[in-house]
Amino acid sequence: MIDILNSINYTPFLLSFKLAGITTLILFILCLPLAWYLSQTTSKSKPFLEAITALPIVLPPSVIGFYILYALSYNSPIGAFFKETLGIDLIFNFTGLVIASCFYSLPFMVQPLQSGFESLNKNMLEASYISGKSRFTTVLKVALPNIKPALMTAIIVTFAHTVGEFGVVLMIGGSIPDETKVASVAIYEMVEIMDYTSAHIYSGIMLVMSFLVLLGVYTFNQKQKFSGFIK
Amino acid sequence: MIHIAINKKLHGASADMQLDVNFEIKDGDFVALSGKSGSGKTTLLRILAGLEEANGIIHVEEEIWLDNNICKAVQKREIGFVFQDYALFDNMSVLQNLLYVKKDLVLANHLLHVTELTELKDRSPSTLSGGQKQRVALCRAMMKRPKILLLDEPLSALDPVMRSKLQNEIIALHKEFKTTTIMVSHDPSEIYRLSNRVLVLEDGKIINDGSTKDVLLRTKGSQKFSFEGELLEIKKVDVIFIAIIAIGQQLVEVVVGEDETKNLNIGDVVNVSTKAFSPTITQ
Repeated sequence: MIDILNSINYTPFLLSFKLAGITTLILFILCLPLAWYLSQTTSKSKPFLEAITALPIVLPPSVIGFYILYALSYNSPIGAFFKETLGIDLIFNFTGLVIASCFYSLPFMVQPLQSGFESLNKNMLEASYISGKSRFTTVLKVALPNIKPALMTAIIVTFAHTVGEFGVVLMIGGSIPDETKVASVAIYEMVEIMDYTSAHIYSGIMLVMSFLVLLGVYTFNQKQKFSGFIK
Repeated sequence: MIHIAINKKLHGASADMQLDVNFEIKDGDFVALSGKSGSGKTTLLRILAGLEEANGIIHVEEEIWLDNNICKAVQKREIGFVFQDYALFDNMSVLQNLLYVKKDLVLANHLLHVTELTELKDRSPSTLSGGQKQRVALCRAMMKRPKILLLDEPLSALDPVMRSKLQNEIIALHKEFKTTTIMVSHDPSEIYRLSNRVLVLEDGKIINDGSTKDVLLRTKGSQKFSFEGELLEIKKVDVIFIAIIAIGQQLVEVVVGEDETKNLNIGDVVNVSTKAFSPTITQ
């Protein structure tokens, strides 16, 4: 048994975690202002923005994958610009995977943060403004520390969801060993070549880890007696 | 001197109305803002604080807070605000709540001492009682040494004993800091104890403005006792009629003549008054 475990190539897992870590960090920085804006605005554009950010939840990964693939390829102005001006390829490499993952996991970061911000007592935020503090300080020192469960949910679920993606990464990244072959893609390939032993071990590891992550989130949230997950 | 002349369209519960007020407040005054709910009291405070927009002017001493071209940001206005629901920062201890406003440990410790909160300074706000929370909120509002202190029904959620204690603390702080204060309140005894001027708002307009005594002591002519109440019931006992009237939390029985009963309907707001030559006061 130990021999089998030792003989396994863990690179796809490391790739999955690297991808998920970078994606979570980028999304956290990008989504914080967006979630704050959505929670505070009364503008008529709010439903449109909310609908757009929620699209990745309902769209088939193949649709997201297809559009991103098209946008990043040399056939589109965006892909052509990066290729010709900056010399950067955006598809079938790790960079492409990060961009695709950011679109795919966007709602899992925005929605818990937004509902967390919306659950805050408005007077508390106003009290901070009256104390002479800017919006930025208020978000950092008052809003974020008071939505810890929502913050935890957003970060952990975004990470876990990125580890778990399959369709989009396969379309954008293909399956290049040590570059774009993440755990979920590796399992798909093992099943295709009927290497069920490796598929079992990989899938088992994914199952246990995913369960532990979710258990951790729900235990934390139960302790805080608050749930900020998707409305 | 503070001059306030503002105008704003409000979307009330029943109908739209115009908040339209123009008044001046002397430095160091304690003004009570009274009136039915939905009359625009809280909105007026929020406009003063800069939390809501409005047309008009707000001049505080020589400074312009609001006119046609200027609208000073809420962060820049020298105000303290005490909310009805305390609005403390739950992630900070009592002392940190105060120091967040200004890093002045001497003032923070002094305020905590005046309000008898020194023992609780390291506690989290969520572990405090309502009265303790509101004292923390009051201290926090004073940390900026504001020019104007705004109190939005600060004591309405507290029991009578705690109310009275907090009233004393508000008086003590007002005496010490001489902060011009505007307080929204419905409680006549509270208004009487704390303020020296009352503004009564109705549908966005000031309908009464005067010294606390003039506005609150509703006596006409030589009548010394005069109370407003709601007529609950008129019952016939033998040959006389007795009206049951609710005055505040108290129910009283008043003898009325048969002719008078014809003009009275259940639910009417009535005035009960008498010439009290030698009333008895007991404890």
